[in-house]
Amino acid sequence: MSVSLSDASIYRFLWVYPALQESVERMKPVGKHSLGASGEISDFQEILRYLDELILYDNMWDDGNSLGPKEVHNYLTRVMYNRRNKFNPLWNSLVLGGVKNGQKYLGMVSMIGVHFEDNHVATGFGNHLARPILRDEWHENLSFEDGVKLLEKCMRVLLYRDRSAVNKLQIAKITEEGVTISQPYALKTFWNFAAFQNPTVGAEGSWKVTITGDSLSLPPSPTMGDSSSTVIDYGNRLDI
Amino acid sequence: MDPSMADLNSPHSMGTTIIGVTYDGGVILGADSRTSTGMYVANRASDKITKLTDNVYLCRSGSAADSQIVSDYVRYYLHQHTIQLGQPATVKVAANLVRLISYNNKNMLQTGLIVGGWDKYNGGKIYGVPLGGTIIEQPFAIGGSGSTYLYGFFDQEWKDGMTKDEAEKLVVKAVSLAIARDGASGGFVRTVIINSEGVTRNFYPGDAFPLWHEELEPQNSLLDILSSSSSSEPMVS
Repeated sequence: MSVSLSDASIYRFLWVYPALQESVERMKPVGKHSLGASGEISDFQEILRYLDELILYDNMWDDGNSLGPKEVHNYLTRVMYNRRNKFNPLWNSLVLGGVKNGQKYLGMVSMIGVHFEDNHVATGFGNHLARPILRDEWHENLSFEDGVKLLEKCMRVLLYRDRSAVNKLQIAKITEEGVTISQPYALKTFWNFAAFQNPTVGAEGSWKVTITGDSLSLPPSPTMGDSSSTVIDYGNRLDI
Repeated sequence: MDPSMADLNSPHSMGTTIIGVTYDGGVILGADSRTSTGMYVANRASDKITKLTDNVYLCRSGSAADSQIVSDYVRYYLHQHTIQLGQPATVKVAANLVRLISYNNKNMLQTGLIVGGWDKYNGGKIYGVPLGGTIIEQPFAIGGSGSTYLYGFFDQEWKDGMTKDEAEKLVVKAVSLAIARDGASGGFVRTVIINSEGVTRNFYPGDAFPLWHEELEPQNSLLDILSSSSSSEPMVS
């Protein structure tokens, strides 16, 4: 998921995925840009190989010119779309960020070749959970600190609500000068809400009864409105 | 539509890690707190340890709907049974009621259950009632998708006649290990301790466990990391 900031820089998150591979890098610098992917890692690695070759040939011209993010994005779109046409897609959602001549660029390519450019993009569940937050809270003049906080807010929601998420992520900051990617780190999560302690209190058959010296606390029965309803009280006696 | 839309039609499943262990004096039941609909976490604070009677509780896994309805039926029957008997139901009776419903509706149900409780005749007992409706009395039982990661762990760590604290620590450690590896388990660990004195419910939030392999210390933000370690280079290109 990525966000573009005010001072001609972009940065993005990478979310590292779970269980079998605890630590897999899903975001790599590519020339002066940065490419992140979700989906099949082997296909992502293949794409990186293609891009290595592309950047190499570009440098070999030695003409002072270099491929910008828009061009790389277009190349990736062609690659993905042509594979899709052969019914053999590269199973990835790609996010590309870069800055050239002061212009920031953030683009996305899906596995079937759908591509677009926007101020904030996301893959997978991020589209459903993060983009609404970004739509509300992104604005043109975000500072680096605000951008980090905004992305972390989105990532935390994804950590709670996406089964395939794991608490390990990296941020890339992309400016005209180049790319810096942070070391992997984890986010704090919050579970100590009162409502989480005993959520089934009040539900049928799960009256909160602690029989170890605490005073009995029985919530009113949810089905009967009047206060004179009889509540069967097993109380402190296990022998009824 | 795209693959993630398929989640909306997926049944609520509880993936889950559930555990029941006996100790010297009673039983301890433990579970994670995640309920998922496909890949979406529908409830990150679920309570999967459900009361059947004052002295018998049930750990639920598999289909959320199926396990809830089974527990509702069993609670209903046990309520009547208790009145007719004039004393608390035994754990064995509760477990067999669970088995009857699971077994006789095996074609329609998809739920693995662990029944645990204490009664004055047999003390603390754990009964596993897995998918087909088998009933098996065990010194400890594990269930749910997360349990696959715990067989080796329990082979090594289980001992007979543990104290209450040892047993609870074991349960919490086991559930948190499973949460680390199983995508379908997550959130925090709930435990219920049942013995002759009564029932105690405990709640261990996600940041209360130690870090396992390749897990990192949670931070408030990258900004804290950057400002605190300005000498070393936290960002690499």
